[in-house]
Amino acid sequence: MPAFKPVLLEAVGVPDGHTIASYKSRGGYAPLEKMLGEKQPADVVEMVKASGLRGRGGAGFSTGLKWTFLPKDHPGPIYLCVNADESEPGTFNNRILMEDDPHQVIEGIILSSYATRASTAYIYLRYEYPHSWHRLQGAIDEAYAAGYLGKNIQGTNFSLDIYLHRGAAAYICGEETGLIESLEGKRAWPRIKPPFPAIEGLFRKPTVVNNIETMACVAQIARRGVEWFKSIGVPADPNNPRDPGSYGPKLYCLSGHVEKPGCYEAPLGITARQLIDEFGGGVWKGRRAKAVIPGGISMGLMTESELDTPLDFAGPGRVGCLGLGTAAVVVIDDQTSIVDFLHNSCRFFAHESCGQCTPCREGTSWSLRMLERIKAGRGRLKDLDILLELGQTMGMMPGSTICGLADGAAWPIKNAIKKFRGEFEDYIKRTNPSGWMVTDPVPALQIVGAH
Amino acid sequence: MIAPKRVLTDEMVAKIEALAPRYPNRRALTLPALHIVNAELRHVPLEAVVEIARVLGLAPAEVQDTLTFYQFFHQEKPHGKVRAFVCRSVSCALRGGDHLLEHLCHKNGIAPYGTTPDGELTIEPAECLGACDFAPCILANDDLLKNMTPEAAEAELKKPRARAT
Repeated sequence: MPAFKPVLLEAVGVPDGHTIASYKSRGGYAPLEKMLGEKQPADVVEMVKASGLRGRGGAGFSTGLKWTFLPKDHPGPIYLCVNADESEPGTFNNRILMEDDPHQVIEGIILSSYATRASTAYIYLRYEYPHSWHRLQGAIDEAYAAGYLGKNIQGTNFSLDIYLHRGAAAYICGEETGLIESLEGKRAWPRIKPPFPAIEGLFRKPTVVNNIETMACVAQIARRGVEWFKSIGVPADPNNPRDPGSYGPKLYCLSGHVEKPGCYEAPLGITARQLIDEFGGGVWKGRRAKAVIPGGISMGLMTESELDTPLDFAGPGRVGCLGLGTAAVVVIDDQTSIVDFLHNSCRFFAHESCGQCTPCREGTSWSLRMLERIKAGRGRLKDLDILLELGQTMGMMPGSTICGLADGAAWPIKNAIKKFRGEFEDYIKRTNPSGWMVTDPVPALQIVGAH
Repeated sequence: MIAPKRVLTDEMVAKIEALAPRYPNRRALTLPALHIVNAELRHVPLEAVVEIARVLGLAPAEVQDTLTFYQFFHQEKPHGKVRAFVCRSVSCALRGGDHLLEHLCHKNGIAPYGTTPDGELTIEPAECLGACDFAPCILANDDLLKNMTPEAAEAELKKPRARAT
């Protein structure tokens, strides 16, 4: 086991670790009191910028830089939306933080609100986390009672209210402008950007949207300092001026075919193989990994031979994956059919496409229909080319959709077919011996449920 | 003429109004209001949509537009006293999630999204419940059922449970 002491997860396993008394006994809220007393909001922005913290929600954008996009001297209100709609398959780090150490999250929210001059923060929490709901509400109540929330916090002229807002089981609400639309009471259709939320966001006011783990990192940077944060992770590549580096600890969610699934904290840049072997106890049942998702299903697949890739912000992209995403690592063993995997992925995105952009709505739906047909033994080799064409034409990158959901739907398709084409071809030839070579159009099968 | 029966109770309206100071406009109360009604009625019938719209000063179509976006709110009839979301996303699927769903539907004689005739249990496929460390898992009302086998899940879903909050 690497000699790295968990910081973000320090409360896990601590009796009553979720209470304000426990949090304060570990040093919590003292940094907040100090910052409110001694620092200006701009100082806190500078601190977070200097730390190199990049957003933990999936996109990896510099948190401090995002804050500087807010208009200067805006009369307000400015809003902070905390994204707790954690819905990326394989991801559960926010849940652990909210359940086991909610005050760490809340201190981060208060510091971030102070920095951005927000007077209201909404935590958009997915419906599926009732336990997080109760833990967070309890912690918010404690923070009000202790004078860390409400009017004139700690005798300053800074006031802040935090409200919990509950989602209703829709993946797209994790997209920042989908979240904003949902919070406003509308269908969660992402907005065309620009204008970015920092200029025109929630209720048409300047808004910052940050992830729960990002908030926890802000609290730890305030407590332990910029130098501590920058001492962890992977420094910026000196030969690449556009690389901001991958600093700080990261919560990796390990699941699927491993002996010990769980949420593990490690310095950014640990390799997938280290994570699986040193934390996860290896691939289950003594088997080998066939493929590994590096950071949530929308990031695509790494093969066994790519497992030494460092899981920092730049690593997964070097082996053709979309990125680090949520750092949710899902292991798929060598007994699993890659056809089944891709079917599962296509089913997820067909279900969760919000329906606003035609290439995504139709592309995800047709990719599922094709996978249903392939699984039913009616696939043709030509289908693989059609699937690849779908993958290459839907998304923000080819420029056909408003948000990145379609890119996330496309990536598993592109990675799976490019990296495991042989297995797809074998499957199709074996299950459809008389029709695999057909190139004429074929009718879709009716989609069947579990029965 | 008999006045049509109200669906929203005074208590529900009071709960909705209590949240109003949190938001700068009333449309943002749509999702909270739908949750408040759904928690009581286990569905949100069209009559309730019209009444929510009246309370919030919106057109019923605006509330209905939002409601239909989320598959979460049943409209035709109430879901069961226990609503079980069976995860079928990748981490659970790798550990038997699809089989779990099929088994539970079969044993209870219902199709996915269906409710048992006695109104006790609804089984719905769910996308990632964010509990992949306990795959395969089920969310039954507010209870997370971890590391489920088909047999254990079958027994768990026979138990009465506190209402979802």
